[in-house]
Amino acid sequence: MSAVLPVGEEKVIAVPEALPKSPSVWMEAWKRLRGDRVGMVSLYVVVAFFVLVLLAQVGLLAANWQKEVGLPFAPPHVVGADEREVAAVQAPKLPNVDLSDIDPLAPRYKEWEERASKVKTDVTVKAATLPVGGDRIGRDVLSKAIKGAQVSIMVGIFAAFLATLIGTLLGALSGYFGGKVGDFLEWVYNVFTSVPYILLIFALAAIFKSGPPWLRSLSDGITAVVIILGLVGWTGIYRLVRAEYIKHSSREYVRAAEAIGAGHMSRMFGHILPNVSHVVLVQLSLHVVSFIKAEVILSFLGLGVPIDMVSWGTMLGEAQSELVLGKWWQLAAATAFMATFVTAFALLTDALRDAMDPKLR
Amino acid sequence: MLSYLLRRILQMIPTLAGVILLVFFLFTYFGGDPAEIMGGLQATPEQIESMRNQLGLNKPVWEQLWLFVTKVATFDWGSSWATQESIASIFKTRLPATLTIMVPILVLEVALAIACGMAVAYVRGSLTDRAVMIISTVALSISFLVYVIIGQYLFAFRLGWFPVQGWSNSLWTNLLVYAPLPVLLAVLVSLAPHTRLYRSFFLDEIGHDYVRTARAKGVPENSILFKHVLRNAMIPILTNVATQLPGVFIGSFLIEVFFSIPGLGREVYTAVGRSDYPMIQATTIYLAALTMVINLVTDVLYKFVDPRVVLK
Repeated sequence: MSAVLPVGEEKVIAVPEALPKSPSVWMEAWKRLRGDRVGMVSLYVVVAFFVLVLLAQVGLLAANWQKEVGLPFAPPHVVGADEREVAAVQAPKLPNVDLSDIDPLAPRYKEWEERASKVKTDVTVKAATLPVGGDRIGRDVLSKAIKGAQVSIMVGIFAAFLATLIGTLLGALSGYFGGKVGDFLEWVYNVFTSVPYILLIFALAAIFKSGPPWLRSLSDGITAVVIILGLVGWTGIYRLVRAEYIKHSSREYVRAAEAIGAGHMSRMFGHILPNVSHVVLVQLSLHVVSFIKAEVILSFLGLGVPIDMVSWGTMLGEAQSELVLGKWWQLAAATAFMATFVTAFALLTDALRDAMDPKLR
Repeated sequence: MLSYLLRRILQMIPTLAGVILLVFFLFTYFGGDPAEIMGGLQATPEQIESMRNQLGLNKPVWEQLWLFVTKVATFDWGSSWATQESIASIFKTRLPATLTIMVPILVLEVALAIACGMAVAYVRGSLTDRAVMIISTVALSISFLVYVIIGQYLFAFRLGWFPVQGWSNSLWTNLLVYAPLPVLLAVLVSLAPHTRLYRSFFLDEIGHDYVRTARAKGVPENSILFKHVLRNAMIPILTNVATQLPGVFIGSFLIEVFFSIPGLGREVYTAVGRSDYPMIQATTIYLAALTMVINLVTDVLYKFVDPRVVLK
């Protein structure tokens, strides 16, 4: 699938003589991945984004994204300040016409000024330009994009983990035991796949929106959208894991494990799971990308993250009306961040698949 | 053939029952109290109690389930909680708009994907081929939303080639004035990924021996591609179209929301906002049933496309 296949990997995996212990599957995969230039570059990009997310999470980066640091719609540095806005701010204050003899409130101005001076006010100078511009109320778009990256990427990853967990667990049970358990799980799978996924998402969103209070309270953060995406997206992983378990459960190494007295659980998760983990890992990373895209669309529609959070989807939602006014920077920032991360992650997934499963070509 | 059809239809029953159970229990145990939603914030406890009686919410669960099943079977879902319009009439009036948008999209998508996929598969390994693969990888990484936002701004707002949004009562006005922009955008966005997918369908076939044989005996390239290869690639193409068909009926809800097209997709979306449960439940169950029927029809079509397929 990947556009550039690793070249010359045979040399890399050549096994030295008299090796005391054969290198583990993971070491071999890592070696192959290191030989893949595209894969390594995308790995660096993805790691950089993860660092960004981590810094935003602990509050070192973009913590005050809600602060109005610039003028409304402050343009990016490269565009330069909007002349009319600057002129309005810098306009010389005209001397006030003295009206004190006819102004009935004039005697009280002094008293009011005194009282006002006791209240501490924080005058912030609003910047005319911001690195990547400002939004409708002058928030820094760069901080918003970073904070949005944190929310969108975390939703994608947590939802992918949840979907993988459900899919792997059910797939393992179904493939390993077969019989009644398998039939039942196949039925559940058929039920879930026969409903178009977007309708399932809508149904779950409706429940989170108007359900009992304990469910509604989950919608305050990203939990609701993570659960929705995870519950809808497990079917593909289930299918693949089930097929792998059917294939593996009759292999000799599993029967050998049975012979030395390993129980069902130990065989399923101690012996078979490590051998199918490459399938699971590739599926996990494939789902991260598709869940991030889904989150963006759901948040745009107002069914995703709550209003007091920012994600790439809510940024695009604001950008729609801003574009008509000619303020393109929020759209550009959200799109650039998202496109970079998603492309890098997709290429990394391709490279991972090539590295994990050299038989697959 | 007949026995095959019968057996497949019988197999649908447990799945459909599962969908009904899933929807019923999801909304009964995790959904809000219908009486409170319908009553709104002003309702007194007595009003809510009487509404609960009216809706049968005080009956045991299995009786409520039976009530739900009869609703599904008789298509009688009563009226929408939000607008009091009957669910049946919502389906009847919203479906034409969705089809007006989605049928042209589907037809154009498949036709273009076959043409482009074939062209790219034919020049595989060349610069064009690699360029298309890279473009489609990058193009896929940008959200569908961005294309729609920019497309609407550029073609409708800036250039004024199309109306920004709108809908009328006449089919022809809709088809010729309001539908072209959404259709164009949807087709353009799906072109790259579809080309990539169809390319793989054709590549699977082009490598086969029968293609080499046909070339060896001097069959013109056009006949090879459009008679031999296309016919053999029909099975994956059919499967792909079949997976998209249920989507036709719900419409690309995003396009409908964006361009204010009064279709089924937008209706379900607004139903989520208004907690209009019957609308969501009805759409989910009937679309699931439709998906199963489409899958069956596809399997039967395989037989017509490829006589070697044996329906068991």
